[in-house]
Amino acid sequence: MTDTSVTLSGIKLDNPVIPASGTFGFGYEFADYYDINILGSISFKGTTKEPRFGNPTPRIAEIPSGLINSVGLQNPGVEKVISSEIPRLSKYFKKPLIANISGFSVDEYVCCAKMLDKVNQVGILEINISCPNVHGGGMSFGTCPESAAEVTRAVKSAVSKPVYIKLSPNVTDITKIARAVQDAGADGISMINTLLGMRIDLKTKKPVIANTKGGMSGPCLLPLALRMVYEVYEAVDIPIIGMGGISCAKDVIEMMLAGASAVQIGAANLVNPYVCRDIIENLPDVMRQYGIQNLSQITGGAHNGK
Amino acid sequence: MRQSFFEICENEKIADKVYKMTLLGDVSQITAPGQFVNIKLDGFFLRRPISVCDIEKDRLTVIYKVVGNGTLAMSELKKGAELNLLTGLGNGFDTALSGDFPLLIGGGVGAPPMYFLCKQLVKQQKKVTAVLGFNSRTDVFLVNELESLGARVLTATVDGSFGTKGFVTDILPQNYSYFYACGPEPMLRAVYEKTVTEGELSFEERMGCGFGACMGCSCKTKYGNKRICRDGPVLKKSEVIF
Repeated sequence: MTDTSVTLSGIKLDNPVIPASGTFGFGYEFADYYDINILGSISFKGTTKEPRFGNPTPRIAEIPSGLINSVGLQNPGVEKVISSEIPRLSKYFKKPLIANISGFSVDEYVCCAKMLDKVNQVGILEINISCPNVHGGGMSFGTCPESAAEVTRAVKSAVSKPVYIKLSPNVTDITKIARAVQDAGADGISMINTLLGMRIDLKTKKPVIANTKGGMSGPCLLPLALRMVYEVYEAVDIPIIGMGGISCAKDVIEMMLAGASAVQIGAANLVNPYVCRDIIENLPDVMRQYGIQNLSQITGGAHNGK
Repeated sequence: MRQSFFEICENEKIADKVYKMTLLGDVSQITAPGQFVNIKLDGFFLRRPISVCDIEKDRLTVIYKVVGNGTLAMSELKKGAELNLLTGLGNGFDTALSGDFPLLIGGGVGAPPMYFLCKQLVKQQKKVTAVLGFNSRTDVFLVNELESLGARVLTATVDGSFGTKGFVTDILPQNYSYFYACGPEPMLRAVYEKTVTEGELSFEERMGCGFGACMGCSCKTKYGNKRICRDGPVLKKSEVIF
């Protein structure tokens, strides 16, 4: 008998498969396609204090084995997320949620985190200090160890639920940021957010994305994400939710061997809306194929020693 | 929405860079004219959203223009090949609002959804006028097919090589009950300004998923933010902000 369950900060998930923020909306629309209650958890659309329309369109560009997005945190604002979006999702998904939070100031992160901390179904607060698509916030907190630590400390002191910090790959040494947030009290790390990129339209000779640049995601990022998760796993002792280009059950196992305790699936949802269900269904067979009985025991298996 | 496989029955050129592809598969999710399908192509990460031109029993027809590498690859596909499609995407046109003398306006590859729409309206005993616009004679398609359905068809080309010289807005008839338009944004804007009745406009935008998950194709309307792929692609004239 194979066991796909994993644990994140004391919260047991039936399996490690979590749709990543920004690729699954607030989940309830996917309930038209399959029973979303089979998911390990759901990291819902990045939430800010005020409602946001986001960036101008075009917001999407294709790249080899992936895409660039520059949505810019479009969301209805934390009050509406709590009063309307989470209750709609709760009809279909009954397990602990991951609340993804973004902000433009430390106060804003704290404000949203406090409000979502009080929502019963929220199990983990995922603090996004790595959105590449907004100015004056987001990634600017995640590219410097001091400000990453400042956000972490401020949120940690204001909430009771586990705080995971979502890290940016757009840095010279991600292990420094990871250590800084661990030292500031983070309960875990989500990584990686998207990698900055751009495309230029040969007909117009201008950038495809209205906002010029955007975040790359998709299978082209898997090797980069694996390398970074592998490095951070050696640098910290808190759990890692690994993401970046995962699109099948084998990728899940690879990411866990690199050091992830659970995984998020992002870009793959946009091409195959059933991909999380397919991965969950395939996991036991792939585990048997590679002689794995307890999935939770393979985390970090690719490392020597630790 | 459903993900299923379709078999290509034909894939032929019908105008300059314009191809008609007929596919065999489960069309049960396609419930309104103006909806689209999202097609997975080998070697490309994102699907290609293409409007539905017609459905008949288990046959789906799409007409598309080669505008980039994806549609170029699509044009090279052969009969018998299988394609993975998401079907039943988008809201589509509301035929219940057409009145007795609906006007259909299609510009370039905005014309294909007008075929299925025309077919539905003719079935409902409506007297349909279709106005089509193209750049030049070599771009023209669908005129005969719409006439065969029983529609009165008026055509304009920018260079005057076919039909009236000018744009669709130069040949709009005065008397009609309601309009439906699909085409490039400058055309939609001109139609928006020139039409006097309520109507519906179908928009295009670069999409990530095509089914509402990624917020890649959002737009602002008078009644709040909408996603072109899921809340659209068809918007009522009264809600559009240009």
